[in-house]
Amino acid sequence: MRAHARLSAEADGRGGTRLSRLRAESPLLLRQTGATGGTVTVHLVGGAAGPLGGDDLRLDVAVGPGAALCLRTVAASIALPGRRGERSQYTVSVTVAAGGVLHWLPEPTVAAAACHHAALATVDLEQGASLVWRDELICGRHGEQPGDLTVSTRVRYAGRALLHQTLEIGPGADGWSGPGVLGGARATGSLLRVAPHEPPVAPRLLGPTAVWMPLAGPAALITATADTSQRLRDYLDAALPALADT
Amino acid sequence: MDTTALLLADGRFPSGGHAHSAGLEAAVAAGQVNGLPELETFLRGRLATAGRVAAAFAAATRRVAADEPEPAATVTLLDEELDARTASPALRRASRRQGRALLRAGRATWPAPLLNRVPAHPDGYHHPVALGLTAAAAGLSPADAALIGAYGVLTGPASAAVRLLGLDPYGTQALLARLAGACDAVARAAVADAALPPADLPAHTAPLADIHAENHATWEVRLFAS
Repeated sequence: MRAHARLSAEADGRGGTRLSRLRAESPLLLRQTGATGGTVTVHLVGGAAGPLGGDDLRLDVAVGPGAALCLRTVAASIALPGRRGERSQYTVSVTVAAGGVLHWLPEPTVAAAACHHAALATVDLEQGASLVWRDELICGRHGEQPGDLTVSTRVRYAGRALLHQTLEIGPGADGWSGPGVLGGARATGSLLRVAPHEPPVAPRLLGPTAVWMPLAGPAALITATADTSQRLRDYLDAALPALADT
Repeated sequence: MDTTALLLADGRFPSGGHAHSAGLEAAVAAGQVNGLPELETFLRGRLATAGRVAAAFAAATRRVAADEPEPAATVTLLDEELDARTASPALRRASRRQGRALLRAGRATWPAPLLNRVPAHPDGYHHPVALGLTAAAAGLSPADAALIGAYGVLTGPASAAVRLLGLDPYGTQALLARLAGACDAVARAAVADAALPPADLPAHTAPLADIHAENHATWEVRLFAS
């Protein structure tokens, strides 16, 4: 299945945000679900199980100057194998203009057995843009070993690389579950917060396998591993309680 | 690979690398590495993440430093791209300290004029960039730089493991010998990647590398600097 969805948010000139473009394509269905305090919330409603091997899904998101958008998904995405072991790919391209705010808070991606999936995100932030970006990965459904899954995220701020990370798990990634990479944890994730108007944070330990780190640019990242998705979410939420009910 | 390459790859090259365990000390303290089997998965994971990044950036820096007439801007860009690939401030510090020490030793060993085309970094360049610059000064190839980068990712924690766990040195060498093919493959891929724009170079990461490094940085007593 191929799908290309586009979403643009603009300031409405009265302190709020309106969606100037919302072009959904199954299975990437988009629904505006809220508008509070100047922020518009959109949910990505999974129209089919997946991504499924062979899928090529694209989502473009643009947040204009002064606009605020929160993007969520209604449920976890489960990356499943195709019939002939084809790759699936989900490509997300995001731009946030100066004074724009994006909260990207999807539910986790689950790497099912024998999947062959890549989730590739590029985020371009103009100087003065704000971002919260959550990534959660569950290695296999209950009692199964995951297939091959790659999560790659590249974020630029004011034209310079701010964060670029590629995580590979599964049988094709040597040593991925060992003590150098995930240490046997079934869940891993991160939460990036780009807040150019806030003072830099100090490094902080949030638990034995969770840390909050200032990046070299105007941002901080929480990175965690955990036994369960709930424990992972607790780590990622705990450092940013104000965001938990956004 | 010639004598010059062996000198730069040698753990006795005076660049201070022996003071770093690349996360192994923290992994041992967390009870995750107790013997050779866990050391092997640790090293395989390191090679597939930090090894790919270090080898590709060393090869790319060597290519730019020796082959381009004005390498300064691209070398600075490579260094910034490594910042973006190193979320942990403790790892950024460790990488820059090792880079500074390596470049100091490299300049003294191979005082080539081409190093003057690159400005000094106030905190020291990231280690893979310093390795690429040193390889350029020594007249080595991008393939040498990549191989030495990948090899260092293996041998640093392996010798730390012998000290931390009292592992059998013969067993540890046999393990490194088993990993030789994987190390060669990482170096070959890095040479192919070296001509890509800096933004497109590998960015493979390991959550525990950041987590272990930040934990380790809070210890009051430790054997290794990282």
